[in-house]
Amino acid sequence: MSSTNVDDLQSVVRGGPARGGAGDRVFRGLATGAGVVILATLAGVALFLIVRAWPAITASAEDLPGGENLLAYIWPLTFGTIIAATIAIVIAVPLSVAVALFISHIAPRRIAQPMSYLIDLLAAIPSVIYGLWGIAVLGPASVGLLRWLEDNLGWLPFFEGPASATGRTMLVVAAVLAVMILPIITAVTRSVFEQTPRRLQEGALALGATRWEMIRLTVLPFGKSAIISASMLGLGRALGETMAVAIVLSVSGAITFDLIGSGNPSTIAANIALDFPESSGLAVNALIASGLVLFAVTLVVNMAARTVINRQMRI
Amino acid sequence: MSTEPTQREDVTDTDPNADVPGLGSLASNAHAHAEDAHTVAAPARVRPPVQVAGKVLPGWAPWGIVAATAVVMAGLVAAIGWNWALWVVGTVVVGGAAQYVVSRAVEGKRRATDRGFTYAIVAAFALALAPLISLLYTVVSRGAARFDGEFFTWSMRGVIGEGGGAVHAIYGTLIITGCATLISVPIGILAAIYLQEYGQGRLKRALTFFVDVMTGIPSIVAGLFAFSLFSIFFGPGIRLGIMGSVALSVLMIPIVVRSTEEMLRIVPNSLREASYALGVSKWRTIVKVVLPTALGGIVTGVVLAVARIIGETAPLLITVGVVSSVNVNPFDGRMQNLAVFAFNSYKSPGVPPEPSIDRAWTAALVLILIVMVLNITARFIYRRFGTEIR
Repeated sequence: MSSTNVDDLQSVVRGGPARGGAGDRVFRGLATGAGVVILATLAGVALFLIVRAWPAITASAEDLPGGENLLAYIWPLTFGTIIAATIAIVIAVPLSVAVALFISHIAPRRIAQPMSYLIDLLAAIPSVIYGLWGIAVLGPASVGLLRWLEDNLGWLPFFEGPASATGRTMLVVAAVLAVMILPIITAVTRSVFEQTPRRLQEGALALGATRWEMIRLTVLPFGKSAIISASMLGLGRALGETMAVAIVLSVSGAITFDLIGSGNPSTIAANIALDFPESSGLAVNALIASGLVLFAVTLVVNMAARTVINRQMRI
Repeated sequence: MSTEPTQREDVTDTDPNADVPGLGSLASNAHAHAEDAHTVAAPARVRPPVQVAGKVLPGWAPWGIVAATAVVMAGLVAAIGWNWALWVVGTVVVGGAAQYVVSRAVEGKRRATDRGFTYAIVAAFALALAPLISLLYTVVSRGAARFDGEFFTWSMRGVIGEGGGAVHAIYGTLIITGCATLISVPIGILAAIYLQEYGQGRLKRALTFFVDVMTGIPSIVAGLFAFSLFSIFFGPGIRLGIMGSVALSVLMIPIVVRSTEEMLRIVPNSLREASYALGVSKWRTIVKVVLPTALGGIVTGVVLAVARIIGETAPLLITVGVVSSVNVNPFDGRMQNLAVFAFNSYKSPGVPPEPSIDRAWTAALVLILIVMVLNITARFIYRRFGTEIR
């Protein structure tokens, strides 16, 4: 057998004949080109945002909206974004882990699959509809609860009040966001819970553990890093979610931890959606600069989450 | 091995590394971009053994306790003034506590803890589904008011107050989404072919990683990107349908890449090797063997990706703008879009506000129907054409 034949054989094992004609080279070039286009698009997002934000970054303070420097313009929005996303995560993570456990370990197998379709359905509903639901149903329904929180837990800075009469508050926004990010956190954690080695689970049961003890001793430790990375993915979604916040939240510029009043700062994304259509000149550049901040934050959060997930999957 | 203490037969064995994802994993992949390359079709389940020693509550006890609590709570709540929310919340909380107390008295602490957490998990699941039910009910009941012929045949040109429709928004939605699909599908499928069939080394690793990261880009940022790109060439006042398509493509491409890659991965290697053995070149193998085998799954993924972007609002709000008459040319001027139409009709309803708000709900209902139809179509395609892969 000549050496060329051996080379051919090895390349077949790797996944293809070695000698390619013009067609092979063209097709390979197209496929690689598509990959490069995707990477270039991501770089382009950063580049074009910087180019269009630049006039606002270099502009003098009095030309900007609000008449102060760019940081003073973006900071309240960043604060609002972080507050909304954090509370959404606090609500969504325990709920998602419970839903994931329900589908992976508690529900009878017959209904587990349909139930996971239902949870996926939550992800399919457009965000503008969540916004309409939030302002028309959840907001008004929460007024009683908000008033109760003000009366009974008013000594906490979060529930200082005065409670909103319309329910268009940060707490309601965070609850809507929590529903919206629940499916992705559930999907990621569930897929890892289901991979918990059987021998660990059976071993725990053989030692006399109840089902909850088995979950606590094997499934949750096994899925710990998945819960963390899924939470970060959810955080990324919550930070960038636009329409639900834009519709539901009643906005003022103040920086406050009060979650039940009507004086909260907007979020970056919602502020862009609401102000962009009516803006012109430097105001547009300032909005794009705030978008650049949002892009940077979500990029870092998502990259961190993916790094953790990839490490988990390799094990 | 000792005597069999547990029901061995009950333990179904599923290979945790099985390569065939069920439709559920495909759907969640396209919907929620979940990282579930290793998901199995049906979850492997380890059942706890039946308890053999000690006193055990009968099987109906959990339901019975909650039902009894519901009756008691109904009396209590009726006494202080009827309130549905209070009754439901009270029943759930008190019912759980009662179950724990009873179980602890009869079965002991560990069994009671087990029942308590099981109860909490089921309650959390019900809580997660409550918004879905409430939302669907609200949209259907409020959207039905204007779900009529006029809504689907009229635009909003010259309409003040009652009447009018969203035909311009429906056209706009279809055209903008169609253009986005035309841009995304070739790039997405080719990139997936690169990743699965050709890619190696740093470019492959970088692309895999950044496609995943791109699925998390906020939609508003994608809109800003499209605006920045076009405004550099055409000035800041530019609003075009195609700008919206570009923005949506940024969101859609990573979804298409991920689902297509998944489908190419489950094409058996023996098919490729058989084709190579017949002397077929690599690219013809991909085009004639690999892609047709995976076609059902790829189309399913594309349909689900369309379902995901068709309801996007924020990027279109800033790139396509709003208009009240029909425009079917994506390269000329503003277009309307259903999601933006719903948002604007609700946000600035005019006087009197009711007709506009009704139109917003009907637009929301139409959007939900479109998304549902796309999802069902995807499942149908996968059932009908995607099964050969197995």
